[in-house]
Amino acid sequence: MPNTTAGRNRPLSPNIQIYRPQLTSVLSIANRITGVVLSICAVVLVVWLLAAATGPQAYAAVQGVITSWIGQIGLFGCTFAFFMHFCGGIRHLVWDAGYGFTLRSIYASGWAVVAASVALTVTAWVASLFVAG
Amino acid sequence: MDHQRMRAPLTRAMGLGSAKEGVEIWWMERVSAVALVPLTLWFVASIIAHTGSDYAAFIAWLRTPLASILMILLLIALFYHTALGLQVVIEDYIHSGAKFAALIAVRLGCFALAVAGIVAALRIAFGG
Repeated sequence: MPNTTAGRNRPLSPNIQIYRPQLTSVLSIANRITGVVLSICAVVLVVWLLAAATGPQAYAAVQGVITSWIGQIGLFGCTFAFFMHFCGGIRHLVWDAGYGFTLRSIYASGWAVVAASVALTVTAWVASLFVAG
Repeated sequence: MDHQRMRAPLTRAMGLGSAKEGVEIWWMERVSAVALVPLTLWFVASIIAHTGSDYAAFIAWLRTPLASILMILLLIALFYHTALGLQVVIEDYIHSGAKFAALIAVRLGCFALAVAGIVAALRIAFGG
């Protein structure tokens, strides 16, 4: 009887509404969300390069947007998204190499990703402010 | 299983199931990720080092051969990785006919952005 189950409305899995968020699942979706956010950052990078190639006026206009307070908030968000995706990506590459699959090391590397993302974002902005003087 | 009867005897004997091409996309996503580790770190470090720089200083930096080469390599790896990543996101969440439109838009968009960025970097490198 191959077709008896085909018409049924089967439950979708995983039912994310009923699962308690855990570090593992939150970091998993965070890697995707930061990836999508970074796609938008990549568009900004190209706009910025095109402005620089066009001339000083176009560059000044784009710099004006980036250095405005809303632009700086956006840039800070981009920085955090970058370091989150960067650290999460390295965690994935380690898994792909076949290491770090015990529950203990998965949580250890997960918290390391969170700590490193925050630390690197703060370090980058402190360094930037230091260079700016 | 019903679908087993739909398969040619040779395919059944060889045990080939899927198209066997998915692993290529998975692999290239990793290769581009490995390339992006040093390239993005270089980019972020360079941007930090140029905080508050004026237009002339920024152009002078981007005109150097090393900066031009690394910027173009960054653009290639970045948009390759972006295209593959967004493809997976679309395939996972969009199940209507819009899926194909979105997949085509992402592919073409990433290609166009990469070309635009590379042309901009070359114009800065070789412009007068």
